[in-house]
Amino acid sequence: MTPHVVLPVLLPLAAAVAALVIRRRRPLRVVALGGTTLGVLYALYALRLVWLEGPVYTALGHWPPPYGIVLAIDLFSAIMLCLAALTSWVVLLYAFGSLDPRRERHHFYALYMLMLMGVNGAFVAGDIFNLYVWFEVMLIASFGLMTLGGERGQLEGGLKYVVINLVSSTIFLIAVGLLYGLTGTLNLADLHRVLSAQPASAVTNALAMLFLVTFGIKAAVFPLFFWLPASYHTPPVAVTALFGGLLTKVGVYAMYRVFPLLFGAEGSPVYPLLLLIAALTMVVGVLGALAQDNVRRILSFHIISQIGYMVMGLGLYTVAGLAGGILYIMHHIIVKTALLMIGGGVELLNGTGDLRLLGDEQRRRPWYGLLFLLPALSLAGIPPFSGFFSKLALLMAALDAGRYEVAVTSLAVSLLTLLSMSKIWSEVFWKPAPAPDPTSGAMPGATGDAPGAVPTAGRARGWLLAGPVAVLALLTVSLGLAAGPGLRLATAAAAQLMAPGEYAGLVLGP
Amino acid sequence: MAMVMAVVIGVLFAAGVYLMLRRSIVKLLLGLMLLSHGANLLLFTVGGLRRGAPPLWVDGMHGPVADPLPQALILTAVVIGFGLIAFTLVLAYRVDEVVGSDDLDDMRSTDR
Repeated sequence: MTPHVVLPVLLPLAAAVAALVIRRRRPLRVVALGGTTLGVLYALYALRLVWLEGPVYTALGHWPPPYGIVLAIDLFSAIMLCLAALTSWVVLLYAFGSLDPRRERHHFYALYMLMLMGVNGAFVAGDIFNLYVWFEVMLIASFGLMTLGGERGQLEGGLKYVVINLVSSTIFLIAVGLLYGLTGTLNLADLHRVLSAQPASAVTNALAMLFLVTFGIKAAVFPLFFWLPASYHTPPVAVTALFGGLLTKVGVYAMYRVFPLLFGAEGSPVYPLLLLIAALTMVVGVLGALAQDNVRRILSFHIISQIGYMVMGLGLYTVAGLAGGILYIMHHIIVKTALLMIGGGVELLNGTGDLRLLGDEQRRRPWYGLLFLLPALSLAGIPPFSGFFSKLALLMAALDAGRYEVAVTSLAVSLLTLLSMSKIWSEVFWKPAPAPDPTSGAMPGATGDAPGAVPTAGRARGWLLAGPVAVLALLTVSLGLAAGPGLRLATAAAAQLMAPGEYAGLVLGP
Repeated sequence: MAMVMAVVIGVLFAAGVYLMLRRSIVKLLLGLMLLSHGANLLLFTVGGLRRGAPPLWVDGMHGPVADPLPQALILTAVVIGFGLIAFTLVLAYRVDEVVGSDDLDDMRSTDR
């Protein structure tokens, strides 16, 4: 047993409690930065530990599994912890530069750390009901972040976000209840033992579908994604970047964790269905993006399209497929956060995210152009960036599994992604700036509650907006250059996911 | 007894879904509440309905046992649900104040 497994949960909790009682801005920032920095250090340590010595776990209160609550970190959890810690660290710096003082003082940082606690908790949970509870912690905090500030767009988008997530949570609870009724246990390792002893039946298939719907809503897969483009562009840019980078991926993480462990039986109908969903998600997401005219809305639709690639890795259900999917998650979190931050930064500095009102950014802010171009090319899958290698890994896995139709779909969607990225590029950075429109007042885009308007301009400081993006751009380049080690790490993590018996043996004992 | 519970849960789900399909936010929230009550009762029922049995054994005891775990789960779910519904009620109130309507069809400005 390794008691320090609770740290990813305790560190953000401590920072959140401190942030609740502190009122002054500078100490608040110090606490938040300190909490996330420690989180990054611990996540890196955990990754190294798990890589060298294999998965670790702890049973809370020394209740022996399967009775107590188990927290466990295997390689996939460690990778996700690292990505979550890194994203939260970078986005926090961005928030320092872009957030307005009112939101900062009204517990932005406390909510931020609580959400991080929920996300980390979901990554280390070794018990399905515990996973549900961490999802709720994450959701409650994210509701607060989404609606903090109370502007009209935020409230409208927030209501849809809240309601759909409550429905998803209810379905999760129903699924957990039925699972308990069927097996009499909630511990993931024990569930694996019980469920792998019996063949897939109508009941287990129905349960798998319930889990598919609840995680599908959280991950925003086709046809359950409508809440995402309706809400993600409404809060401040820092919040959008954190949500877009991290939150939907928690849903994907839950799929990767739960399906191989619980519904890995031969002939399970889940995986062919997942492949179909993956293909539809990719296509619908990218087509939705092509039809949009707002920077953050385009990027929101791209989140959906990219989720399709991750689900495709799981749907292939081979070690190579899962490895490709995990590599894709690593790439996607880095790149999507960077794109949302730089696209949102342009919005902040101009007061609008409407493509028709923007232009000529390349001459005014050449650095922003470069910082947009690197992750945009990476997202579309151009070598030598990380997007190319993660897509290549997925493609090879699909060809190996004989799934040519999905492989072709993913290639076509890549092309459309490039088209959509070049649309942002040419409209925002290359096109000459449009003349101010006399009908809408002096400043272009200053239309108050109109959908294109940015909630808060804040006190945007150039280097605090560009610096965090530069860190992530550097990471996508280095993940591209170090694609070999990255793929080895992802393959090892996938091999652990595909051999759930070892995980169960570790937690439950022989 | 389980049959009665199944009918009650089914009615709660049906009523909840029906209310959620209406356009008013208030009815939407009432539907959500009914749905979460249905889920809680479901958890309670699948854990096994047993009257008058102890939840824990002391050494030497025999006989039927009632499973205490579903009730612990429901307690957790009820607390979470309570917090979430309280938040959502305040959110709905603020939405009504800002938008000036509780009709979901008037809340499309973020969809375009």
